[in-house]
Amino acid sequence: MSAKSPAPKAQTKKSNSKTTKFPKETYVKWYKDMLLMRRFEEKAGQLYIQQKFGGFCHLYIGQEAIVAGTVSACRPDDKHMTAYRDHAHPLGLGTDPRVLMAELYGKKTGCSKGKGGSMHFFDKEKNFMGGHGIVGAQIAMGAGVAFAEKYKGTENVAFVSMGDGAVRQGALHETFNMAMIWKLPVIFIIENNNYAMGTSVQRTTNVEDLSKIGLSYDMPSRSVNGMRPETVHEAIEEAAERARRGDGPTLLDIRTYRFKGHSMSDPQKYRTKEEVSEWIEKDPIEHVLDVIKQNNWLTDQEIEEIGQWVKKEVEESVKFAEESPLPEPHELYEDVYMQEDYPYIKEY
Amino acid sequence: MKVVQFREALREAMSEEMRRDESVFLLGEEVAEYNGAYKVSQGMLDEFGPKRVIDTPIAELGFAGIAVGASMNGLRPVVEFMTWNFAILAADQIINSAAKMLQMSGGQYHCPIVFRGGNGQAGQLAATHSQSFEAFYAHVPGLKVITPSNPYDAKGLLKAAIRDNDPVVFLESEKMYGDKGEIPEGEYIIPIGVADVKRKGTDVTIVSFGKIIKVAYEAAEYLEKEGISCEIIDLRTVRPIDYAAVVESVKKTNRCVVVEESWPLASISSEISYHLQRYAFDYLDAPVMRVTQTDTPFAFAPSLIEEALPNVDRIVKAVKQTLYRN
Repeated sequence: MSAKSPAPKAQTKKSNSKTTKFPKETYVKWYKDMLLMRRFEEKAGQLYIQQKFGGFCHLYIGQEAIVAGTVSACRPDDKHMTAYRDHAHPLGLGTDPRVLMAELYGKKTGCSKGKGGSMHFFDKEKNFMGGHGIVGAQIAMGAGVAFAEKYKGTENVAFVSMGDGAVRQGALHETFNMAMIWKLPVIFIIENNNYAMGTSVQRTTNVEDLSKIGLSYDMPSRSVNGMRPETVHEAIEEAAERARRGDGPTLLDIRTYRFKGHSMSDPQKYRTKEEVSEWIEKDPIEHVLDVIKQNNWLTDQEIEEIGQWVKKEVEESVKFAEESPLPEPHELYEDVYMQEDYPYIKEY
Repeated sequence: MKVVQFREALREAMSEEMRRDESVFLLGEEVAEYNGAYKVSQGMLDEFGPKRVIDTPIAELGFAGIAVGASMNGLRPVVEFMTWNFAILAADQIINSAAKMLQMSGGQYHCPIVFRGGNGQAGQLAATHSQSFEAFYAHVPGLKVITPSNPYDAKGLLKAAIRDNDPVVFLESEKMYGDKGEIPEGEYIIPIGVADVKRKGTDVTIVSFGKIIKVAYEAAEYLEKEGISCEIIDLRTVRPIDYAAVVESVKKTNRCVVVEESWPLASISSEISYHLQRYAFDYLDAPVMRVTQTDTPFAFAPSLIEEALPNVDRIVKAVKQTLYRN
C-alpha cells in the first residue's frame, strides 16, 4: 500500500487574484529567500553526490514556505530552533550562505567552526539556536528557550520546528504538558512532510491529524497549508500574538512535502512518483513568483536579476567553502569547555 | 564554624547563589511545595517563590531538556533529580545536548547548568534504585562530575558548580543527606577538580570518593591498630580527576587501593589503576588493588546487599595484599 499524503485542498488553488493580503516587498523577499534556500540546497545536494563533503545531508527542498512565512511573521529578538533538516532556517534568518556552505565542508570558517556539519548549524547573532541531531530533543530545549524568555520578562517567542517523525517521541508529550502548565511563549511547528524517513504518518499512528496531539494538553492547535508562505505567516502571527500576551504555546501542524528523499541515500520506495509530482505542482516558489507576475510587481529582467544574484551567492559560498582551511588539530580541544585550562587527558 | 547536615549544606549553597544571581533557579520533582523529597530544598519556596523554585511533573527527560534550553538562553538552572537512577530517562539531554552544545555550536552556545540528586545505593531499594553513575558521566567529555563526601565539600563544590559555565553532574546520596559536619559561617568555594587528602598516612594510599569513602575511614582506623598507616585521598571530582594528587601520594606510599561504590568494569578504579601503572610504574611496590561493588545488579535481600558492597573486611584485605601481609 502506498501511503497517500493528503494535501489540504481548500487553500492550494493557484492564486488568480491581484488583491493580496501581503505587500509587494513581502512577496519579493519570500521569493528571494526561498530561491536562495532552493538553489543553495540543490548545489549542496550536487556537491554531496560529488563527495565534496561527508556526513549526512537532509534537504528542505519543497518545504521552504514554512521558514519564509515564519521569518516574515516573527520579530528579530525571537528565537529559533529546529532538528537536523536545518539548512533553510538560518538562510531565512539572514545567515551568510558562505559560512553555511563552509560548515557543510567541515571548514573552520563554518558557522559551527566545522564541528557540527550539516545537522548542527548555529548562528547566535541571528538567534538561530541549532540545528539538533537527536529527533525530538529540540522540542524540550526549545520550550526551555521560551522558559528563559518568560523568566526574563521579555515579549520574545521561541519557534521550535520538528518533523512529523519527532511527534512520536516521548519528549514531545512531556514538553507539551509543561509548556501548557507554565504557559511558555513557544510555538511548536510540525514540518509535516508525511514521512519519518520512509515511514508515513499513516503507518505510525491511529490519529493521523497531528494537530489533535495538542488537544490532550488543551494546547491551541491547528493544521496549516505549508505550501504557501501566506498561510504560514498568518498562523505564525496569530500564535506569536497569543504567546506574547502570555497565553502560552500553540501547536501548528504545517502540511508540506519534501520533494527530495529523506537524506541523500534514499531510494524513495515508500511513495509514488505521482504523489511526488502532485506536490511539486504546489511548489511554493512557483506560487510566489506567480503572484509577483500577476501583479506586475517585477519585470522579467528584475526576476532574472534575482535569479542571477542567488546564483552568485551560491557560487561564492562554494568558492568560500572550498578555499577555507580545515580546522587545525588543536581546535579539537577548543569549545568543549568554557573553562580555558580544562585538563584534558592526553597520552601522546 | 557551625555543624550542619549534608542537606543543609546543599541548601545553603543553592540559596546563597540564588540570592547572589537572579538567573539561578531550582526545578525538579517535589522541590517546592513538598519541600524536597529529601528535604534538601526545605524552605526555599518560601524565600524565593514559585518563579524560582519550581515543581515539575514526573518527566525527567522533559524538564531536563527545558532546563538545558533555558541554560542556552541566559539562565543558570539547578535541576534536582530525585535520584540519578531516574535521570537515565534524561540522559539524552545531559549527554547529547548539554555536554555537546558548546562544541557543536562552534563555541556559540554554552550550558551553565547543574544536574544534582541522590546517587548510589540507599538501602533495600533493589536493582533499579541503587546505581552509582560516577563512571557513566565521567566518561563524557563536555561534562564535569562532582562526588562530595561530606557537608563541607558539598557546599563549597555546589557553589562552584552553580557558578561554573560548563554543565555539571553533582552526585549526592540519600544516605548522606543526614550526615553532619562542620562548615564555616561565611561563604566559601571549593574549586572543581581538586582532590583532598582526608587522612595522612605513609604505608598505603586509599583513593575513594562519595559516601563509600566512609567505609575506607573505618578500615583505616582498624588498620592503624595493626600498625598500618593509610593515606586517604578523596577525589571529590571524577571529571576532571586530580591525577597529580594520587600520583604524588603513591610516590610516597608505593601502594594503592581504590575503593568505589560502583561496578568494576570501565570504572573510576580501573581508570586510576591505568594511570598509576602509566605514570607511577617505578614507584609501585605492589599491584594496585581495588574494592568495588560486585559485578552484578544490586539486590533487595540484606544478605545480598552485604555481599555486593565494599566493606571494611574487603578493604583491609586489599590493603594487606598490597603490603604482602596476611
